[in-house]
Amino acid sequence: MMRLAHPGHLEDWRARLREEASSPARTIVVTAGTCGRASGAMELAEAVRAAIESRGLSGRIGLLITGCHGYCEWEPSLVVQPEGYFYGRLGPADAAEIVEKTGLQGRIVERLVYKEGPRSKAVTHLADLPFYRKQLRRLTEANLRLDPERIEDYVQQGGYGALAKAFFEMSAAGVIDEIKASGLRGRGGAGFPTGIKWQLGRDAAGRPKYVVCNADEGDPGAYMDRGLLEGNPHSVLEGMIIGAYAVGASEGYVYVRAEYPLAVANIRRAIERARELGLLGENILGSEVHFDVQVVQGAGAFVSGEETALIASIEGRRPHPRQRPPYPAESGLWGRPTTINNVETWASVVPIIDRGAGWFASVGTEKSKGTKIFSLVGRVRRTGLVEVPMGVSLRDIIDDIGGGALPGRTLKAVQTGGPSGGCLPAAGLGVAVDFEALARAGSIMGSGGLIAMDDRSCMVDVARFFLGFAAEESCGKCAPCRIGTRLMRGILDRIVAGLAVNSDLDRLEALAVTVQAASLCGLGRTSANPVLSTLRYFRDEYRAHVEDRVCPAGVCRALISLTIDPALCTGCGLCRKICPVDAIAGRPKTVHAIDPALCIKCGACVEACPPGIRAVRSGPVQAERKAPGRGRRRS
Amino acid sequence: MSDSFDIRDILHEAGSRPRDLVGILHRIQDRFGHVPASVLPAVAKHVRMTSSEVYGVLSFYPRFHLRPPARHVVEVCLGTACHVRGGDAVAEELGRTLAIRPGETTTDGQIDLRTVNCLGCCAIGPVLHVDGRFEARVTAGRAREIVLGLRRVERKA
Repeated sequence: MMRLAHPGHLEDWRARLREEASSPARTIVVTAGTCGRASGAMELAEAVRAAIESRGLSGRIGLLITGCHGYCEWEPSLVVQPEGYFYGRLGPADAAEIVEKTGLQGRIVERLVYKEGPRSKAVTHLADLPFYRKQLRRLTEANLRLDPERIEDYVQQGGYGALAKAFFEMSAAGVIDEIKASGLRGRGGAGFPTGIKWQLGRDAAGRPKYVVCNADEGDPGAYMDRGLLEGNPHSVLEGMIIGAYAVGASEGYVYVRAEYPLAVANIRRAIERARELGLLGENILGSEVHFDVQVVQGAGAFVSGEETALIASIEGRRPHPRQRPPYPAESGLWGRPTTINNVETWASVVPIIDRGAGWFASVGTEKSKGTKIFSLVGRVRRTGLVEVPMGVSLRDIIDDIGGGALPGRTLKAVQTGGPSGGCLPAAGLGVAVDFEALARAGSIMGSGGLIAMDDRSCMVDVARFFLGFAAEESCGKCAPCRIGTRLMRGILDRIVAGLAVNSDLDRLEALAVTVQAASLCGLGRTSANPVLSTLRYFRDEYRAHVEDRVCPAGVCRALISLTIDPALCTGCGLCRKICPVDAIAGRPKTVHAIDPALCIKCGACVEACPPGIRAVRSGPVQAERKAPGRGRRRS
Repeated sequence: MSDSFDIRDILHEAGSRPRDLVGILHRIQDRFGHVPASVLPAVAKHVRMTSSEVYGVLSFYPRFHLRPPARHVVEVCLGTACHVRGGDAVAEELGRTLAIRPGETTTDGQIDLRTVNCLGCCAIGPVLHVDGRFEARVTAGRAREIVLGLRRVERKA
C-alpha cells in the first residue's frame, strides 16, 4: 500500500484514479443502507451482478453498491446512471430486465417506473421524484456516487482535498475563522456555534487534546447520522481530521451506538484505509500533524449521547452525565480539552473548507445557515432522510416532500427533536426550520427527527410513550429525572387507562416544570418537553381522556371499542385477514363483525379498512366504565 | 477463568486500561453471545478495576447480557416512528403468541423476546429484528407468523 507523504501524492493519486476509472456506458447504483438491506437491497444487488455477468456485460455495465440515498420508503431501489433513471420497490426477479433494457439499451422498463398512485403520472428520473424535487442535498447527495467501502471512490471525487487545503494553505486559526464565518451550528441538537466551540478547544490549556464524533444517535425516530456514517464515512473522518488540526488535537474517537452495526463497520474500514494511506497517524500528508482515531461502541444506553456521559463511557465508567461547566472543550476526556461534535456537524466541515464559508451560508436563515438533514417518518406518505435549506417551513417538508398525510387521514401534529422536543399542531406547521423559530414555537430542532402524526395518533399516548422512554433511559444519577419521569409516566398511565382525575393534570404539569428546572443534564431537563408541549397544544385531548373517559384518536385501548358499521362494510375481508386474533367473522361480500370478547383492540383492522370505505371504527367503550379507584367523577 | 469461556486471547489483544473495558465486553459478548459472570474477575484484573466496578458498567448498558441468548432472538423496535405505526401492538401480540413478556425467554428456551428503543430504521417501521435480520413494515399478524415460523423450523430440525 502506498503512503501519501506529500499533498502532491494525493493529487497524483486522484489523477491516476480518474484515469484508471473504468467508464462503463452505464452504472446501476443499488442503494443499500440498513433500511435498503432490510427491504432486500443486497439480494437485488446480487441479482443485478449475476445478470451483468451472465450476459458478459461486465465492461459495459457497472454496478455500484452505495449507502442510503434517503427514500427509504421506496426501497429496495436503484438508479441507472448517467441518465438517473429510478426504479423502486424491486425484487431480485426484476434485475435481468433492468440490466437488459435500461442498462444495455437505455430504455425504460415501464412497469417498474415510480408512480405515486395507480392513476398518477409516471416519474422516470430520480431528480423528478416528488420526494427529491424540493430537497437540497449538499451532504447526502454523495451517498449515491460512492461505495462507502472504497476510499478510492471518495478520493477520486475530490475527497481529502479539503484536508490538504486546510493543512497547507490555511493556518489553524484560519480554519476556525472559516468555520465561524460559515455560521455552522452544531447539528446534534443544541445548535452551539461550531467555530466558537473550536476556538474554545484551541485556546484551552492542557495536552493532549481530543476530538470526538458523537454518533450515539439514540433519538427514537431519527437516523440522519446513520445515513452519513454508513453512506459516506470518509466525509465524517475528513471533517474530524480538519477539526483536529484546527484545535490541535492528537487523538480522536468516534462513539457509535452498537445498534448501528453497518455504520460501525464502515467507519472502522474508513479509518483503516485512511491510516494505511497516511491520512491518519504521524505526519499526515507530510505535515507536522499527528492524529489518529479510534472507534468506540456504545451499548444501548440513550444517556451516553449526552456529551459528559459519552466522555465517561469512553473512559470506561458508567455513562453518567456530570454538571457543566466545565465544558468538555476545557475539561473533557481524562480532564483534557475535548472538542465534541455530532456526525452531521463533522461532515459539514469538509464542504465549508472546500467551497468556502460564503457558499455554506448562501442558504439558510439569518441565524441558522446551511442545510439540515431530517428524518421524516411516521404517518406521512413518503418517509426517509430529507435534506433541505434551513428556513423552509415544516409544512414544506411534510406536504411537498413527504406528500402529506396517509390516504384518508388528516395530519394532526409533528413531533420534532425526539424525546427532548415537542409536538407542534398541524395548524402551526408554517414555522420555519430554524433553531430559534422552532424553540419559540415550543419545540426544538434537536438532531432532526420529524415524526408526523395524524388523527390515528393520540397525543396523550405519544406523551406517555416519551415519558416511558425517559424513565427507562434515565441514568438515575439525579432524583428529579429518576423519580420525576417515573411519576409523570404513572400519571399518564392512569390517564390513558381512564383512571385519572382532573387534579392529575395539574400534578403532571407541576412535575414537568420541576423536572425541567431541577434535572442535572440536558436529557433530564428536556424530558418534560413532550408533556409540556402536548399540554400546551392538545389539552382538549387530555381533558377528553380525563373528564369524558374517551380517547378521541381511538388509540388508548382501555377507552375504545372497535366496531364495523354494517351500512358501510362491503365484505372485502381485508380486516378479517389482518386480524391477529381471528376476532373478525364474515363471509366474502357480506357484512363483517368484530367479536368484542376476542378483540385485542390492536387497531390493525382500522388501518386495513380501505380509505374510501372506513367501515371499521374505534369509538368509546360501549360497556359500563370501571369506576376510578380514587377522586371524583365528572357528573 | 472458566474453562468453557476462554477469554485469554481477547484480553491478550486488548488494552488494559479502564477505557478498554467496554470494547472487551463487546468482544466477549460477540463471541459467546453473552458476558458470563464467571469472566468478570479476570476482566476486572486485566483493566485494573474491581469486579463490582466492572459489573456496574456491564449492568448499566442494556445491550450486554449476563445470560446466554436463546437460539432465536426477536427484538421489537419501539422507537417513536414504530410506535405511531403500531409497534406496541406488535410487541403485545408477540408476548401473547409466545406467552412471555418482553425481556423473557419462552418456556422451551428457544426464543428471547426483547424490545429496543429505536434501531434507526424508522422509515420502514414497525420493524422487527429477528436473529440479526430486519423485517420491515410488520403488522401484529405478520409478526406472529414470523415467530411461529421460527418454531416450525425448530420442529423440522
